[in-house]
Amino acid sequence: MSILVYIEHSEGKVKKTSLEAVSFAHALAAKTGEGEVIAVALGTVDAAELAAVGKAGAAKVLHSSDERLNAGVIQAHATAVAQAFASVGTKTLVLAKSSLGDAVAARLAIKLNAGLVSNVVELPSIDSGYVVKRSIYTGKAFAETTISTENKILAVKKNAVDLKLDGADASVESFSVSIADSDFASKILSTERATGEVLLPEADIVVSGGRGMKGPENWGMIEDLAKTLGAATGCSKPVSDIGWRPHHEHVGQTGVKVAPSLYVAVGISGAIQHLAGVNSSKCIVVINKDPEAPFFKAADYGIVGDAFEVLPKLTEALKAEL
Amino acid sequence: MKILVCITHVPDTTSKIQFTANNTKFDTTGVQFIIGPYDDYALARAVELRDQTGGTLTALNVGEAETEPTLRKALAIGADDAIRINSFPKDSFFVASQIAHYAKAGGYDLILMGRESIDFNGGMVHGMVGELLGMPSFSPVMKLDLEGTTVKMAREIEGGKEHLEAQLPLIAGCQEPIAEWKIPNMRGIMSARTKPLTVVEPVSQETQAEATSYKLPPAKGAVKLVDKDHVSDLVKLLKNEAKVL
Repeated sequence: MSILVYIEHSEGKVKKTSLEAVSFAHALAAKTGEGEVIAVALGTVDAAELAAVGKAGAAKVLHSSDERLNAGVIQAHATAVAQAFASVGTKTLVLAKSSLGDAVAARLAIKLNAGLVSNVVELPSIDSGYVVKRSIYTGKAFAETTISTENKILAVKKNAVDLKLDGADASVESFSVSIADSDFASKILSTERATGEVLLPEADIVVSGGRGMKGPENWGMIEDLAKTLGAATGCSKPVSDIGWRPHHEHVGQTGVKVAPSLYVAVGISGAIQHLAGVNSSKCIVVINKDPEAPFFKAADYGIVGDAFEVLPKLTEALKAEL
Repeated sequence: MKILVCITHVPDTTSKIQFTANNTKFDTTGVQFIIGPYDDYALARAVELRDQTGGTLTALNVGEAETEPTLRKALAIGADDAIRINSFPKDSFFVASQIAHYAKAGGYDLILMGRESIDFNGGMVHGMVGELLGMPSFSPVMKLDLEGTTVKMAREIEGGKEHLEAQLPLIAGCQEPIAEWKIPNMRGIMSARTKPLTVVEPVSQETQAEATSYKLPPAKGAVKLVDKDHVSDLVKLLKNEAKVL
């Protein structure tokens, strides 16, 4: 017996959240006695990069290099992963929660007759039934969820486990899939992606700006701080609504939910809808000139002060320290 | 053109989340329920597409009797009729099974819903319905246009979006900015009272992953304020105390 992990890659690199899923599966296998972790990767990706998945805890990586799988066509990926699941003979699939992962997992739940839990925040408890803790109400609460089926799928939330990269390289085996043309019925025409930047949902540090930044022309200060920290940039809903920043940077209830180690909010008052997108952060720093801003109540550290004054100083102080 | 839009009945985004009955039930005391914000986007786009194609638009909810005001609101916004599948929504699989069964009999061309509910945040129902019906499913969809039977969409991906096309019938989990939320007008509210709202019993009781108990996160400690003239103190705290740098 073993645990299968569906891993995603982007621009030739395995996503960090997928490596976390492998680490999660590795710890899960140790707990349930399910043996080794086998990862499955679809589409063109470098063999050395795949072997390095072993460092996170995979013994083997099954790789289907079918070029039709390069684009993340949901149905085709679901079919391919279902075939890997059957070929490995496992009962448990682990993956990282993501735009593609969620969509693929939902279809797999039906294909595999597998109970699916999303937003998993820690290893399941197996003492009495198979009980999985998940985040609900956009991070405002947790639910203990009991999976009643033999097959199980866990979509793991970012930071659910610490990523450990102390293993050996995995063996990479080619894996052939048979996918009907009907699974490629949808066509991806083009992709627009910010390249070379730290992706917001994946980022370990996020710096966000709100209306207190007064205009898109002042975002250079946010970007300087983000660059110094190796962080992704985000924004509040009003900022993306008025078009100062693109929609994919909107952090909040109806935007991207982030779970970084450090979240820095500059000039954001902290409306409950914004907090819903950041409340899984390990540490929150708020910079706002209004000492009554509600965000301070949700923060670990705060500076009451003008962003235009504080930001350059903070960037300088970080440069000196890091 | 037959459009089905599935809506959730969820606590307002500003609600205080609390549990009752020894942490096994959501505490509805003082909570106002709304159409899920993502479902509201799906509904708004569905109304526009119905008007554009001259088809019909059905709103569906899996829920007990208390969700009917939420369905009436969907009728006020523009759905032609409403279906309530009479059961507590036990898990994603249960809800998807009910929707798929109803949709199959109805022969819908387009099924829209929010990318996820804001209570359980699973984001799984559209994909499950798609697999159950053998239809393609897409989420999170931020743009959806019809050109005959071709559907042109934009789907949000990490750090950007992808543009894609597929043929009807299909299912989409929607998010902003697919359409602007619609506020019901007086005429809509009046007509919603007489539009048909049909109650259907669930087809099966099968579940796969039910929530059994709930917990709130530990309370947050007080914020530590750093003087704006000593920002290097913040850097030290982040490094040595919070250990996040």
